[in-house]
Order: sequence, then C-alpha cells, then structure tokens
Amino acid sequence: MKAFAELLDRLVLTPQRNAKIRLLVDYFHSAPDPSRGYALAAIAGTLSLNTVKPALIRDLLLERMDGVLFQYSYDYVGDLAETVSLAWEPPAEVAPEDIPLGEVVERLQKAGRSEVRSLVREMLDRLDTSGRFALLKLATGGLRIGVSARLAKQALAEMGSREVTEIETLWHGLEPPYRPLFLWLTGEGEMPLLKTPAIFHSVMLATAVGEGELDGLDPSDYAAEWKWDGIRVQLANVGGVRRLYSRSGDEISSAFPEIIEVAGIDGVIDGELLVGGTMRSNRATGTFADLQQRLNRKTVSRKLLDDYPAFIRAYDVLFSGERDIRPEPFHVRRGALSALIEAASPQHFDLSPLVPFSNWKELDELRAKPPDPVIEGVMLKRLDSPYLAGRSKGPWFKWKRAPFNIDAVLMYAQRGHGKRSSYYSDFTFGVWTEGEDGTSLVPVGKAYFGFTDAELEILDRFVRDNTVERFGPVRAVRAEPDKGFVVEVAFEGLNRSTRHKSGVAMRFPRIARLRPDKLPRDADRLETLQAMIGPPT
Amino acid sequence: MKPDALLYPAPKGLYCERGDFYIDPVQPVERALITHGHSDHARAGHGHVLATRETLDIMRLRYGEEFCGGSQIARFGETIAIGDVRVRFHPAGHVLGSAQIAVEANGTRIVVSGDYKRRPDPTCPPFEPVACDVFITEATFGLPVFHHPDDKGEVARLLLSLRQFPERAHVVGAYALGKAQRLIALIRQQGYTEPIHIHGALAKLCEYYQSQGIELGDIRPATLGPENRQDLAGSIVVGPPAAFAERWSRRFADPLAIFASGWMLIRQRAKQRGVELPLVISDHCDWAELTATIKEIAPSELWVTHGREEALVRWCQLQGIPARPLHLVGYEDEGE
Repeated sequence: MKAFAELLDRLVLTPQRNAKIRLLVDYFHSAPDPSRGYALAAIAGTLSLNTVKPALIRDLLLERMDGVLFQYSYDYVGDLAETVSLAWEPPAEVAPEDIPLGEVVERLQKAGRSEVRSLVREMLDRLDTSGRFALLKLATGGLRIGVSARLAKQALAEMGSREVTEIETLWHGLEPPYRPLFLWLTGEGEMPLLKTPAIFHSVMLATAVGEGELDGLDPSDYAAEWKWDGIRVQLANVGGVRRLYSRSGDEISSAFPEIIEVAGIDGVIDGELLVGGTMRSNRATGTFADLQQRLNRKTVSRKLLDDYPAFIRAYDVLFSGERDIRPEPFHVRRGALSALIEAASPQHFDLSPLVPFSNWKELDELRAKPPDPVIEGVMLKRLDSPYLAGRSKGPWFKWKRAPFNIDAVLMYAQRGHGKRSSYYSDFTFGVWTEGEDGTSLVPVGKAYFGFTDAELEILDRFVRDNTVERFGPVRAVRAEPDKGFVVEVAFEGLNRSTRHKSGVAMRFPRIARLRPDKLPRDADRLETLQAMIGPPT
Repeated sequence: MKPDALLYPAPKGLYCERGDFYIDPVQPVERALITHGHSDHARAGHGHVLATRETLDIMRLRYGEEFCGGSQIARFGETIAIGDVRVRFHPAGHVLGSAQIAVEANGTRIVVSGDYKRRPDPTCPPFEPVACDVFITEATFGLPVFHHPDDKGEVARLLLSLRQFPERAHVVGAYALGKAQRLIALIRQQGYTEPIHIHGALAKLCEYYQSQGIELGDIRPATLGPENRQDLAGSIVVGPPAAFAERWSRRFADPLAIFASGWMLIRQRAKQRGVELPLVISDHCDWAELTATIKEIAPSELWVTHGREEALVRWCQLQGIPARPLHLVGYEDEGE
C-alpha cells in the first residue's frame, strides 16, 4: 500500500504527461502482483469494490475525536478522506505495518456490509498517513488523480515496449488484477489469449491536411465524407455481447441504452455518435453542445433520452459477423456497411454520406460552406485503404473548416505548472460589451497554449509589468481602451452558456497570434461573438 | 502576583510593565527581548535588544550593524534582572539561536516559548521544558490533522526523485533562516555528498551557520552570472520559497518544484503552489508534539499566541486546562 500511496501522491501533483508515465512505469515494474494489477484497475476505473459511504469514515473518526476539533480540521483541509487520514491516531499498541494493496482490495471485496466498518477501522490503524488516504480514496470510490485510463494504457505500452493499440485491443478481454497482461509485458509470459473474441479494436485515425499536401494526390483515389462534430465510437455485437466504446476504448454502453437495445448489427462498426435525428428519419442533427448533455454519465434519465436521442452515423465496418474485413479496401467495406445499416433501426443508424467532388478546389469550397452547422470539415479516405489501427499518414486525412478568430484583450493571467511554473501562461481574455456602467470588458475564455516560447516570454513580461491587482495566484492586468494587450484567439466553435457572465463558451480556444499592433479599443465586441452562434434555437 | 499583571498583550506586542520591556515586539520599542531571528519576531529599530548571541548575529546579518541602539547577549540558563523582574533564556529548538524566555516576578513565572519544536535538529540545541505558571505557546500547526512525518523519510523521497528524474533540476523552496540549513544538514546526514547549490539570498546565513560549526558540506552558488550558465540537471538547488515562481528558476533544466514546509502535509496547499514534490519538514511542533508539550510542562494556565489557537484552546478545555488566545497581531500565520 505504501508504494501505491506514494504513487498517488506523486501523480496528483505531477502535471507533465511524460513524468506521469514514468512514475506509472516505475511503479508497475517494482510492485508485485496482484497489487500492481489492482492499482492499474483503480487508476483505469475498472476496479469494483463495495464502496464505503463518506458518512461511515466520518463516524469512524468521531469514535475517537471530539466533534468540534473534527469540524475545525475538516473546515481547514476541505477533503474528508484527507482529514481522516491526517487526523487518525492509531492506538499506541498497534504497530504500524504495510498492508499490500492486493490484500486491501481482496478483503474489501469479500467483506459483508456489516464487516466493512470494523475492517476499515482496523486497516486505518495499521497504515501510515498516505496509506490511509489511499485506502479511503479507494474505498469511497473517488481516486481523481488526473490520470486517464488512456494514460495508464500508454504507461503499460511503454513498460513492455509495445504499441498502445495492442494494449487497447486486449484491454476489454482482461480483468483485474491483470496478471497475464503484466507477465506478457515483462517478457515472462505469452500474449494473453482472450476468451471472448477481441471486443474493442483500436480505431483508425486520420492526419490533418498540411499546407499544399493534397497537390501531389489524385482526387480520384479518394472518397470524401463530412466530418461530423460528435464523438467517435465503436459498436460491437459479437457472440451476443453488445458494447459501445469511445475511441480510446472506454466503455460507454450504460450511457446509451437506446443504442445498445437495437444494436443488432452483427459485427463491429465504426462511426460518429450524435444526438437528434438520423437522415433517414429526416430530422436535424443535434450540436455538440446537445451531445454534451449525454456525455460522462453513468446512467441516463428518461427525459434526457427523449430530449437528446442518440444515434450512430456509421462510416466503417471492421468485422462483418465473425469475419475480420479490416484488410479489405475501403470501398468494399463501405459496400458491406451500407447493407448492414440498411437493415438496422432507421432512428438509430444512418450511413455517413459521401461528398462527390472532382478536384481539391471544389472540395475546399464545400469544406468552407458545409450544408449543416454540425459539420466541422471533411474526411478523405483512400478508396483502396485497409482499416489500420492507429494513425498512419496517407490513407485517411481530416480537413477541418477554418477556425473562428477574434481579437480579444488580456484580462487575467495565472502561473502555469511544471515547466511553466515561473511563467504567467494561463490567460483569460475578454471582449467589449455595453453594460449599465458604459463599455467594459467581459471575459469570454481562457487559453494556455497556441503561442510560441518566444511569444510566452513577451506575454509573461507584459503580465509582470502591468499587474494591477492580485487574487491569490491570479493577476489582473492592465486592460483599458488605450493600454493593454490584444491577442488573436482562434477557436473551433461557440456555445451558449449560462455559466459564463458573457453568455458564450468557446470550444478549444488558443492564442493564435499576438497583436501588439492593436489597441484594446480595436478588439472585438460581444455582439460579434453572439452573431457567430446565431439566433437562439 | 496575577500573571496578567506581569505580562499582557499591548498593541506593539507582549509587554511587561514592571520591567518596561516587550518580547518580540512588532514595532520599534525602547527595550526588546527577542526569541529568535525570523523577521516577524526580530525587527530592526529597537532602542535596546536582549537576545542570544546567535540571534543578535543573525539580526546584524539581516539588518546591518545599526539594527538597534544597543544590545546585550543572553546566555542559556543565566538569570538577568530587569528592575525587579528576572528573565532567563532557554533553548527552543526552532532555529539556530532560538530561545524561550522565562519571565518571573513575585513568585509567578511565565514562559514565552516563541516558536519551538521538539524534534532533533542538527542545527540547534533541543527544546528544554521549563516548569511555569503560564506557558505561552504558538499554535502554527495547532490542528489535529497535523502529524508531521519523520524527516528522514521526506529527505529519502527527495533523493529518490533525483534518481527517477536525473534530467531535471530539483529546486527546493525553503525558508532562508533555519529551514534551508536544516534541510541541507538532513540531506548530508543521509550520505549525499554532491554539491548543493543555493540562491544568493541564502548565502550569508549558510555561511554563518557554517561558521558556527554546522556541517553543510559542499555548498555552491546556484547562479554565476550570465556568462556561466549552468542548468544543474540532477542537482539540488535550494532557494527561498518564492524563488521558483520567479524568472530566476528558468535557467535550470526543467525545474522540478519542491517545497520544504509543514504546510506541505495538505495536498491542496501543495497543488495551489504548483509544488510537484512536497517535503513535510517543519520547524514547528505538530499537533501531537504541541499537546504532549503542554501535558509535560503542565502549566496552571496556557496562553496561545498565533496560529490555529481555537483548536488548541478547545483541546485544553477538554483536558481541563485553563487556556485563552492572546490575539497578538503581526506574526505571520504562515510561520514557515
């Protein structure tokens, strides 16, 4: 438990992705089975435990501690698990000892409802502070350490010098504590054989079209499709098991029961998950903001199902029945897909339409003026390309619509993390709006990338030399009509927002250019942004 | 006599009317007794200062020769009469030169402990419990959540990180007086002999500690001017806590932010400051040590100066020890 607790402590405070991976790899190499497997499960969100209610751990502490002192402590620390782990005083006669994570998990899994209380108490007494914290986070089911399942898989790949796609392919056929997986990665065992046919298959990814890149390519070698603004999913119905996965292989079946219910397509298909109506039902496709209502939920209410019905706009097929057709060329797979979709529920499936074009210029014009607001560009797929896991350059391209751009004024800055901890690198910017007290700036977004290192130096110097107020780690900078800093902000889209004072929220904003040539008074106005969203729907 | 008649809080600090002196006053006064050299306790500009030799040296280093009108050295255990009040200095174990001050008149003794700790510290003599009627304690870490871990384990985590991330400069924030030197001494105790690089703000104090016979090993300036840039990958660099937020830290190889402080026990504190590797090393008592000290000294009354006094006063209530907060202003809540 000590090693796992130490790992959690480090991961929470380590901002850099590569440093997180190194910490994970070091841990996976040094920790024994089954502890490392349970650690992996806890981090990747595949560990099932009878969770303990926060009230129970509070009660356990109050068995030994004055309620007033507890309240002072909790108010100060702000996190219950942390308060309990810090304030817990084991009885003098209990010698501290490390309990392996594997034992902790197995005992928690076995314990009946009535035994949990005394089990947690006993383990709290034996563990040290960090160990207690890790135990309570595990037991209450909220690790929240800033590591995604994807990053954990990346660490596994690194550990065994494998491709992450190999890990993703195996992932759903394995379960905690993942002993065969670790044996394979450390070279002590064979690649695990899956009992059920591989359920998730790493998806094929496109590369962005670079400047002038299409010039050397023949348009007749490629098919074009619209790039819809939803989320990439894979739907599998194999051997009677139906599963819906995100593009990184996270299972999201329970959030979309209506799709699972009608997922009778025999095989594995690839497509975009959207809300609203399919083309076959002749209803409009919902925006990404609508789709967001359905994302990151474990369960879904009747109302959400009615208001934001989900469907899949299919664009590829990996398995037809049990047959792996990934080696077949795109146009053959597309033919097979078309037949499958034809037979599927028209409210829940449609086929991503092809966009006819004869040359790149024509396609470029279509890309700039798509027929539907939920389209964010076009996809190009080589007609003869097999379905390849991962991102290889050439067979598939994504060609996005140009981003939106506005000029905004820097308002606040905050120091970054890690490499950037001595730089003011997180910026809040605003545009002008007319309010009761005349014209003022209203914040419209936050960005912490897009600039070069040299530009960051300039921004940082501006912040340090023009700070007008400090709020903890945040600095307000000078932002007046004639004194201030203008930046060109690029973003992918705008949503209405009730959470932001400005009423708008940007998608994927970044600082595209510094505009020292402009005065803040020349920056854009809120009305310009509102016009980009269009009238309320 | 009643303790409140001997010593009471006044706007400039804790005041003894019978001897006409203040202890750790926050504004310039005619006569000051100083417990230790931290700047919120030891300020410049007093008429006359009574303190340990080391504390006077530290004040001189920080404020210059003219830091006060006149000074007198207090030796540990020696009784000094000021009018009909007798005062005596005892080690507090906080930083080099730190003292508790016992103030006694008409059979009543009050001990002003200043800041103190109970753990062994290679840079100063240990805290000495002194029997008294009133014990005046700080409560910087006066909450039951503060249980500072063993120093050795904390330093071991630093040394482990050096092995794990040899391409990064390990920049440690540590308070310039006391913490920095203790940390370096602790690192040396674990057998680390590589040069340790320090920020300019630490140079005079480290040199002073060394002149007092405290082993800090091979210490070098972290910065040698623009023509001699060094990125110090895989090295330890120690600077004042604010330094790693400053441009100063940019010259180092992918600096890994470390902070040595008792506050680092609280994860959110570490996260807010952008600390990647928190080292829980404190020059104050944790909760267990505070409460054990009070039980050991067993004063008839406890006064609490600064920190989280409400929790400590509550604990005293539960123990049946009369206790009250003094509400002194001017001491840094942050303590370290």
